[in-house]
Amino acid sequence: MEFTGRTWLFGHDIDTDAIIPARYLNTVEPEELAKHCMEDGDPTFPAKVRSGDLIVAGKNFGCGSSREHAPIAIKACGVSCVIARSFARIFFRNAMNIGLPIFECPEAVDGIKEGDQVKIDARTGTIINLATGQKYQAKPLPDFIQNLIRSGGLMAFVRQRSQ
Amino acid sequence: MTITEKILAAHAGKKSVEPGELIDARLDVVLANDVTAPVAIKEFERAGFTKVFDRDRVVLVQDHFVPAKDIKSAEQSKTVRDFARKHGITHHYDVGEMGIEHCLLPEQGLVGPGDVVIGADSHTCTYGALGAFATGVGSTDVAAGMAVGEAWFKVPETIKFEYTGKLPADVSGKDLILHTIGDIGVDGALYQAMEFTGPAIEELAMDDRFTMANMAIEAGGKNGIFAPDQKTMAYVAERAKRPFKVYTADSDAKYARVIKYDVEKLEPQVAFPHLPENVRPVSEAGHVELDQVVIGSCTNGRLEDLRAAARVLRGKKVHKNVRCIIFPGTQAIYKQAIKEGLMEIFVDAGAAVSTPTCGPCLGGHMGILAAGERALATTNRNFVGRMGHPESEVYLCGPLVAAASAIAGRIVHPREVE
Repeated sequence: MEFTGRTWLFGHDIDTDAIIPARYLNTVEPEELAKHCMEDGDPTFPAKVRSGDLIVAGKNFGCGSSREHAPIAIKACGVSCVIARSFARIFFRNAMNIGLPIFECPEAVDGIKEGDQVKIDARTGTIINLATGQKYQAKPLPDFIQNLIRSGGLMAFVRQRSQ
Repeated sequence: MTITEKILAAHAGKKSVEPGELIDARLDVVLANDVTAPVAIKEFERAGFTKVFDRDRVVLVQDHFVPAKDIKSAEQSKTVRDFARKHGITHHYDVGEMGIEHCLLPEQGLVGPGDVVIGADSHTCTYGALGAFATGVGSTDVAAGMAVGEAWFKVPETIKFEYTGKLPADVSGKDLILHTIGDIGVDGALYQAMEFTGPAIEELAMDDRFTMANMAIEAGGKNGIFAPDQKTMAYVAERAKRPFKVYTADSDAKYARVIKYDVEKLEPQVAFPHLPENVRPVSEAGHVELDQVVIGSCTNGRLEDLRAAARVLRGKKVHKNVRCIIFPGTQAIYKQAIKEGLMEIFVDAGAAVSTPTCGPCLGGHMGILAAGERALATTNRNFVGRMGHPESEVYLCGPLVAAASAIAGRIVHPREVE
């Protein structure tokens, strides 16, 4: 699976309240959540993000609450993938479970500027900054998690195993 | 092995496990609330599951937005209620019985030492105070857990924290954990277990231990854990609804790091906006005027916390510029606080007392901040917009500082209002 898109840059410790504030947790509808993704930091983000765009962020992305609404909001607003220096662990699990590709790659985070076109091979974790031609290699996902993704996410995986 | 490794090994049917190993573990309790359960229920049903693995081990607590704050919340709440009735969920707590989940589950004896618990709430790590492995996950993990009673984990490395020295009287578990997070940072224990040990920990009441385990997540930790001792046994003996098993760390257990703190000279701590790691001693807080003080939450909504707040507020008045909101963690805590006269002290002081709710802590309801407003809270997070408007501010502290500051109208050391 390959994605190509524009990048949006965010800093360190982007918490789940920043990704989707709790005042919107009274719904589970992805389209509704997408309208408010990242809005407290940048109210124009939901309007300007386009399908296929990528988020590039610092360390500890997705820290804080366990709300799955956070990766759901990111995915539903069209973001194809998140690259960060590191991820908070619940966010990491949630992203895997709902099928939002995420990659840890500090070098890419350092080398990518906002608006750069970036191509990423989600299977191998190879990241190419098309603006500079620079290539990066993200930390590969453990086999177990790749299996889980190939099964179509956690629920499909569990369903197959329980039959 | 460490306590965490032993519990995980036992629940994976293995003699031993190593950090980094991926395991499938049997779950003793699967928890969700009125915000996270609706997503879990949707996933559970979409995958075609029709039965939960054990109706006694799925716990659903309506604590975030109830009594319903708006129509959408009422509908979410109803989704959970309908699911609970359909599946005959034994432990479904609704308005009137519900408490803040992480105060409620230990109190009701639904969690015990040696358990493995997942909850679709990041503060599920609270139960580590009992010597359980408990960790927050998302709704899909809970959906799978409700279906099969298992979850996958990567066995975490453990950091051992050792607290020595005599704890000053005005320093609580909250101050210890804030100090720790201030030291190691909000990702200082990322993916790791935090094992809290040492003579100062042995002196801590259970309520303080819950507070510390609760905030392991604020350092990025997978879980926080305490070795059960006599205090733990006394706590669970009168509550446990199931048999439990006590695990302690081996003397040759391997730790990723050992971090030591001498608490003898520690002061009450305050975390400044907008991260729980921005911690300073209260004497270095400077002049910070307040609009709201919140005392309660899964971090500090237990009886010892209310007693501490009442000691300070007794016979005093909340500052005229401050709205002070106090919310007990559970109905049992509420009732005991009435019996002990704490509620009278709060009401006489001019504080508002609420039914148990997560509301204000996450900016849900019952105390939202306007732009430019500033709150001091005994809660766990002070991210941008956490309690309301993105231009509001949240400071974190323990109940003594919160109560004293409510009286002073600014952040103060408790001795300033004596």
